[in-house]
Amino acid sequence: MSTPFVSTYLWGDKGSRYLLIVLCLLGVGVPLLNWLPPENSFLHVPTYMVSLLGKYLCFAILALALDLIWGYCGILSLGHGAFFALGGYAMGMYLMRQIGDRGVYGNADLPDFMVFLNWEELPWFWHGFEHFGYALLMVLLVPGVLAFVFGWLAFRSRVSGVYLSIITQALTYALMLAFFRNDMGFGGNNGLTDFKEIIGFDLQATSTRLVLFVLSVLVLMLAFCGARYITASKLGRVLVSVRDAESRTRFLGYRVEHYKLMVFVVSALLAGIAGALYVPQVGIINPSEFNPLNSIEIVIWVAIGGRGTLYGAVLGALLVNYGKTYFTSGIFAEYWLFILGALFVVTTIYLPRGLVGLKEQWANGKLATLFKNTTRAKVAS
Amino acid sequence: MSETTIKSILYLNGVNKTFDGFKAINNLCLDIRPGELRAIIGPNGAGKSTMMDIITGKTKPDTGEVIFRDQIDLTRHDEADIANLGIGRKFQKPTVIGSLTVWENLELALAGARGVWQTLFFKLSDAKRTRLEAVLSQIGLAARRDELSFNLSHGQKQWLEIGMLLVQDPQLLLVDEPAAGMTDYETLETAKLLKSISQHHSVVVVEHDMDFIRALDTKVTVLHEGSVLAEGRLEHLQQDQRVIDVYLGR
Repeated sequence: MSTPFVSTYLWGDKGSRYLLIVLCLLGVGVPLLNWLPPENSFLHVPTYMVSLLGKYLCFAILALALDLIWGYCGILSLGHGAFFALGGYAMGMYLMRQIGDRGVYGNADLPDFMVFLNWEELPWFWHGFEHFGYALLMVLLVPGVLAFVFGWLAFRSRVSGVYLSIITQALTYALMLAFFRNDMGFGGNNGLTDFKEIIGFDLQATSTRLVLFVLSVLVLMLAFCGARYITASKLGRVLVSVRDAESRTRFLGYRVEHYKLMVFVVSALLAGIAGALYVPQVGIINPSEFNPLNSIEIVIWVAIGGRGTLYGAVLGALLVNYGKTYFTSGIFAEYWLFILGALFVVTTIYLPRGLVGLKEQWANGKLATLFKNTTRAKVAS
Repeated sequence: MSETTIKSILYLNGVNKTFDGFKAINNLCLDIRPGELRAIIGPNGAGKSTMMDIITGKTKPDTGEVIFRDQIDLTRHDEADIANLGIGRKFQKPTVIGSLTVWENLELALAGARGVWQTLFFKLSDAKRTRLEAVLSQIGLAARRDELSFNLSHGQKQWLEIGMLLVQDPQLLLVDEPAAGMTDYETLETAKLLKSISQHHSVVVVEHDMDFIRALDTKVTVLHEGSVLAEGRLEHLQQDQRVIDVYLGR
C-alpha cells in the first residue's frame, strides 16, 4: 500500500471512523451503565441486555465475514451459517466438558446426553476438548479446513454464481441433517446446553457476561480493521476485479481460484470465531443454527446495511437483529418474517446500496433531477 | 534463450476446433516473428475470436500445435499461466474494472508478482509509480487518473485497456478490434499508438476497419472459415480475387 493504512483507510474513511467510535463507546459505556447506576434507574443496562447486545455483535462479525466474500469478491454464500455453527459447536464441546460431574447424571467422564444414550466412553473426536486452548484451535481449524476443502474443489472447477450459492446451501443443509442425528455424538436435536463455566468463571455471573461482551466488541473491531486492511490492499482490488470481470482478471495473470479460496477461508474463520463468542453468551448451540434460513438472513443483514462497505454489514446486522428482538416480542411477532421479507424486497429495489448508500443515492437523485430540469429548460428555450 | 535466437514468437500449426459440429478453426497455421506487427482481418465467423481464445488458453484446441517462443506449448497452460508467460490480450468490448479508478486499473495490470500474499502486502515502488505515470500520459488519461473507469467514454476505456496492456509489458500483445466504436481521429491515434508499441513488442491486431489497417501499414492475414485464405501487404490483397469474393468486395 502506498498510503498509510490507519490514517487513510480507517480514520480517513467516514463510515469506518464512525463505526469504530460507536464500538468504542459501546465497549466502555455498556459495562459502565451496567455497573454504576442502581438497578431501578432508567440508565441501568440490565445483564440480560448486555448478553443480547453481545449476541448482536457476534452476528455483526458474521455479517462482516459475508460482506468480505459477497460484497468484495461476488461470492454469494448461502451457507455461511455452517461455519458459524461449527465454531459454536467447538466452543460448546469445551463448555460441555467443563460441566464435569455437575450434570444431571453426575458422570464426570461423559456429557449427559451420552449417558442417556447408554454410551460407554467418550468418542475420539471429543478428546482434547477439555482444554480451552485446544477448543480455540478447533474453533479456527474446523471451519477453516472445511472452507478450504470446499472452496478448493468449487473454485478450481470454476463453480460460481448461482451454482455456488446452491451448493453452499446444500452444504449447510447436509450438516444440519447430520447434526440432528443422535449417533453423530453432538447431542442430536437438543444440541449442547446447560453450560456452567468457562475457564473457571461462572457463565451466569454478571462479570463473566461483561467480559464476554467486551471481548465481542474487541473482536469485532479487530475483525473490522483486518477486513479493512485486506480490502484496502492491492489484494482487495484484485477481489473487486474478480467480482466485476472474472475472466479479465485471469487474462491479467491472476489465479482467480487462489484469491477466492483465500478470502473464503478468511471469511469462514471469522464466522467460526463469531460462533464461538455467540455460544457462551446465549448458552446453547443446536442443529437449527445450520438451518439454511439462518444463512439467508445473514445475506439480508448485509444487503440492508449496504454490501461492499464492511461497516454497512455491521450496521445491517445490528439494526435488523434489534428489529427482530423488538418485533418478535410484541404483537407483531407473527409478522416478523413478512417484515423481514418486505425489508429485503424494498432494499433490493429501492436501495441497491443499502442504508449506508442512502445519502449518496439521495445526492445522486437530486443531481439527476437538477440535470433533468436544466435540460428541459434548455430545450424549452 | 535470448530474443535474437527466437524464430517465432507465436507459431500455430494445424489447429482445429469444432463446436457442436461447427468447424470454427480449420487447420489454421500462423507464424508471428519477434517484433512483428500483424493485422488479421476476416468476415464475421471467420474464427478470429476463437483463435484468440485458443492462444490465451480460454479454449483448448481439438488438435494442433500452439507454440510460444519456439518452445512453450500453450495448450498445456491456463489463462493466468499464459498471461504470466508474457501474452497480453485486449478484448473486443473494452473490459476495464468499472469500480476501480483509472490508476488502480493500471496498477492491477502492472507487471509483477501475482500471488495472494504479494498482493496483500504490495507497495508501489517509485520506479513503478514513474512507469505508471508515463503510461497514463501516453494514453492521455493523466487528468482522469482518480476517476472510476466506469465513468470513462468508450474510446477512453479502449485506451485505458491498451495502457493496461502496456504496463503488463507482455512480449506478445493480442488486440481485438481496438478501433471499434472510435471516431476517425481516435482510430488513427490508436493505429499510431500500436505502431509505437510494436517497436518493443510483437503485436497481433484483429480489426474490421480498413482505414485502420491501412494506417498500420503492415503484413495482413485474411482468415476465412477458420483457416488462412491469404497473407501479404494490403495493396496486394486488395487485388486478390479470393479475398475480394469473401471479404473486401462485399
